[in-house]
Amino acid sequence: MELIDQHTKTIMEGCKLRARDAGLRFEDESLEYIVTNRDLIELSPKVMIPTLYDYWVHDVEVLKEKGKYELYPGNPYETVINTRPAISFYNDNNPDWLNVMIFYHVIGHIDFFQNNLYFRHTWDYDFNGEALSDKRALAKLRSERGRWVDYVIEFTRGIDNLVGYHGLLSKIFSAPDSGISEKVDFYFDIYLQDIAKVNISKYIKELERYNASINEDSVMGEQGFFSLVDQRHPEFGSLFKKHQAAKKQKPRDLLEFIMENSKMLGREENQWMLMVIQIIRKTALFFQPQIRTKIMNEGWASYWHETLYMNDDRIKGHEVDFARVNAGVTAMPRVGLNPYALGMRLFYFLEEMAEKGKVSWEFQHMADTGRRKDFDAKTGKGKDFIFNVRENFSDFTFIQSFVDQDFVTTNKLFVAGKRLNQQKMVWEYYVKSRSADDYRDMLMASMYHPPNIEVDEEKTKENALYLIHRFEGKPLVAEYIPNTMLGIEYLWGGPVQLETMEVVATPQAPRMPTMPGIPMPQTDAPEPRELKWQRVLYTMHDRKLSRNAL
Amino acid sequence: MHSKLKKTFNTLKDSGLTPEQEEKILLELNDDRTHDMPVIGGGMAVVTTDEGEIRLLNIYEYHDLMVLQAMAQPKGSYVSHIRSIDELLEKDRQREKDGFPRKIRVGKMIKPGKAGKGKVVVVPTTVEEKFIHDPNFAEQEEEQGQGGSGDGEEGEVIGEQPVRDPDQAGEGGPGQGEGGQHEMESSAYDLGKILTEQFELPNLQDKGKKRSLTRYTYDMTDRNRGSGQVLDKKATLREIVETNIHLGNIPDLDDIDPSGFIISPRDRIYRILSKEKDFESQAVVFFLRDYSGSMAGKATELVVTQHVLIYSWLLYQYANQVESRFILHDTEAKEVEDFYTYYNSRVAGGTQVYSAYEMVNRIVKTENLAADCNIYVFHGTDGDDWDTEGKKAIPALKEMIGYASRVGVTIAEHAGSSKNNTEVERYLKKSGLLEEFPKLVRLDTINESTDEPRLIEGIKRLIS
Repeated sequence: MELIDQHTKTIMEGCKLRARDAGLRFEDESLEYIVTNRDLIELSPKVMIPTLYDYWVHDVEVLKEKGKYELYPGNPYETVINTRPAISFYNDNNPDWLNVMIFYHVIGHIDFFQNNLYFRHTWDYDFNGEALSDKRALAKLRSERGRWVDYVIEFTRGIDNLVGYHGLLSKIFSAPDSGISEKVDFYFDIYLQDIAKVNISKYIKELERYNASINEDSVMGEQGFFSLVDQRHPEFGSLFKKHQAAKKQKPRDLLEFIMENSKMLGREENQWMLMVIQIIRKTALFFQPQIRTKIMNEGWASYWHETLYMNDDRIKGHEVDFARVNAGVTAMPRVGLNPYALGMRLFYFLEEMAEKGKVSWEFQHMADTGRRKDFDAKTGKGKDFIFNVRENFSDFTFIQSFVDQDFVTTNKLFVAGKRLNQQKMVWEYYVKSRSADDYRDMLMASMYHPPNIEVDEEKTKENALYLIHRFEGKPLVAEYIPNTMLGIEYLWGGPVQLETMEVVATPQAPRMPTMPGIPMPQTDAPEPRELKWQRVLYTMHDRKLSRNAL
Repeated sequence: MHSKLKKTFNTLKDSGLTPEQEEKILLELNDDRTHDMPVIGGGMAVVTTDEGEIRLLNIYEYHDLMVLQAMAQPKGSYVSHIRSIDELLEKDRQREKDGFPRKIRVGKMIKPGKAGKGKVVVVPTTVEEKFIHDPNFAEQEEEQGQGGSGDGEEGEVIGEQPVRDPDQAGEGGPGQGEGGQHEMESSAYDLGKILTEQFELPNLQDKGKKRSLTRYTYDMTDRNRGSGQVLDKKATLREIVETNIHLGNIPDLDDIDPSGFIISPRDRIYRILSKEKDFESQAVVFFLRDYSGSMAGKATELVVTQHVLIYSWLLYQYANQVESRFILHDTEAKEVEDFYTYYNSRVAGGTQVYSAYEMVNRIVKTENLAADCNIYVFHGTDGDDWDTEGKKAIPALKEMIGYASRVGVTIAEHAGSSKNNTEVERYLKKSGLLEEFPKLVRLDTINESTDEPRLIEGIKRLIS
């Protein structure tokens, strides 16, 4: 891996200037490296982060046929990584015009990394640097503790897809109201309404009394207010303390819960494990936004490499070369889903919508087709709108909010179905539906979505950890359950239980044998399967798994 | 076909069947599946549409290096895996001592292509288990739809993908080079070495002596003066020099003038075809696989995996001098030419074990294999047999014992069935062959939850 040469770097700096003029915002510094195939072999298991910690599984061919992307949310072959400065990777024999295109694409990604709020938690530090110090810390631990470090890494990685990413984000964005104390919040929001259940007039009276005492003395007023409360409701003080304690204990995610409450990890001699778990958890959180913004991120980068390239005066004469490569990147496949093409079209579509003022209540409630078509408020706000979208949306909200019938129709999109043609012995792909709702559902179903598994604190008694899988229509991969639970049991230091849903095995209906001379009954739509679900409880105790139907 | 099966069934019924057996047989009889090759699914699928061929990819399979810079997904080289395997396995053994299940799997096939084309690579693999939603689960039988774009009415067919498509088999995304592949033979040999050394599979006690060398191949190795097919230039020149020395034509050895050489017709040395003795391969292994309808799922996977391991081990033991024959059977047996077909043919039809045994006997007899080779027979089944008492299977097996060095039967029991109570196991035990010839016949019963270490354990039982 070596830095790109000065000539190419100069071209890139020129790209940055043009991108800034177009409105993109990103940090000045960036690093570009030439990579060879050998470099990629080393980089890809480390998700393109050169300084990521070492782990033996990286050296082994890993079987991923079951849920490749559910297991590995990081993109192993990304061209630019979200570090400070951002680092991007290049083939060593790209011609200049191609590098210009790639640079613009890379700048699009960097802009997205540094402005999209789903990446907020990665803004304040350089992951590359942290990863390096983590790697050294793990190496040092390994020299002291040997293989046990790898066991802890393994078991932690087993549940690192359950990290509370959204919890983390909501903590960052929930701005505490600085003027009002927690005690006041509790008194008015919870105590008066839920516990004391006072009527409205009494509530307002209390509110007025509070305002009066604050106005009287802004520093000591609150204390004065509560002194009377304590007299009238002597239990209030202890209730508030209890509330505070409960709030503090609220688990963010399984890993954090284990770190705080595991007896095994609490022991003096096992303190080092906490550090290992912390490192794995942080790394997992770092990669979370990437997979949750794949369509937007690639769409945004493609939108900008196309827009900026076409306006770049330096590369005149290579339009045809560009067109060929660009079509390969952004053409909508006849069958299949290309995130570059889909995201880019959605951004163009939204820009036009906003430019014409179609993202408005007025337009959305217009029923007349002719008027809808000709609607143009000439707002001039198209760019502003898509910049706003790139800041505030993730794939889920992006698709959910903006894939509508107009978009699907304009781009001739459809859901492709697959059925068996018995005569020709081929799978046929056919146009199944052109409805926006179906298309959106199909997109939603193909997006990354880890299961929601939480600790049930009420049922977690003594030392047995009780996990609940909130069922969303799909069972867990059964053969992965034992080893995952084994790992949790180790980290927890006691029995672990998991409540989930599974399909009850039903014998297959006997098929009619084919009889010579009589044609097979043609069934176009397969009969809906009747599924019986049952709640099951897995228990891992002393490294032995048992399963009970509930 | 079906009428023939019906007839078999009726004969069986006449001779008396329990209702349970009858139900089992009927289930297989009324099954209209065929022995297809598998569908290539997921990211490997290539769909031929009206706009050309498209490799189906999902959203997350696209990445910048591929689409922008045309850089293939790099693959770690196989060699580096093998170099680290000792270390990995040592680690894995330590895992077991520490009380955790082993995690390294060997003998997993990564690239099952048609023999000669895509090759089979055997590498150490592992899997990182997590709680994830089952991606293959669908509420209804029809799969979740794909994305698509372009013209076409609803219902219109826009592309197709062959159900049998062995040539397209391969792993990974588009633009992936074909480099770095290894032939089954070489990697299986390595696997055999690993199995022997790391998993402590025994070495064969007596591999038999080299038998008579009856086969010949023809090669251009013999020399002939004056005439022949190919002029051997070096030998000819030597002759010419010799002749000229005798003639006194080379007075000064430091100053030779070749233009003055005299060449006799007999100086020309040619190479001609000759008969060469060839070393007979020392072992012939028959792999028999039950591919009846009841073998669906895990049972087949287990049997085939175990056969790969046994094959590798024998290959190592006999230093590659192994010939292997692959036989599939349902109610009838059929020999297939390559491992790919053996490995991939789908299950369907009924079960008659003796058909395979008789086929082995027939092959051995007609090719006179018993005289020259050590013969091994490994049979994998789920233990169902329409011939519930082994009336035909046992005599065929007895005949086989007469010449075979080892017959190993693996029964992969279905979950839910009662233990050690399959038809094949019952009649094998009843026949007393297992006790009578403990060195020749071995039985290993496994169940559907069997993992790789247990399979290897099973091999020890079959071959030790």
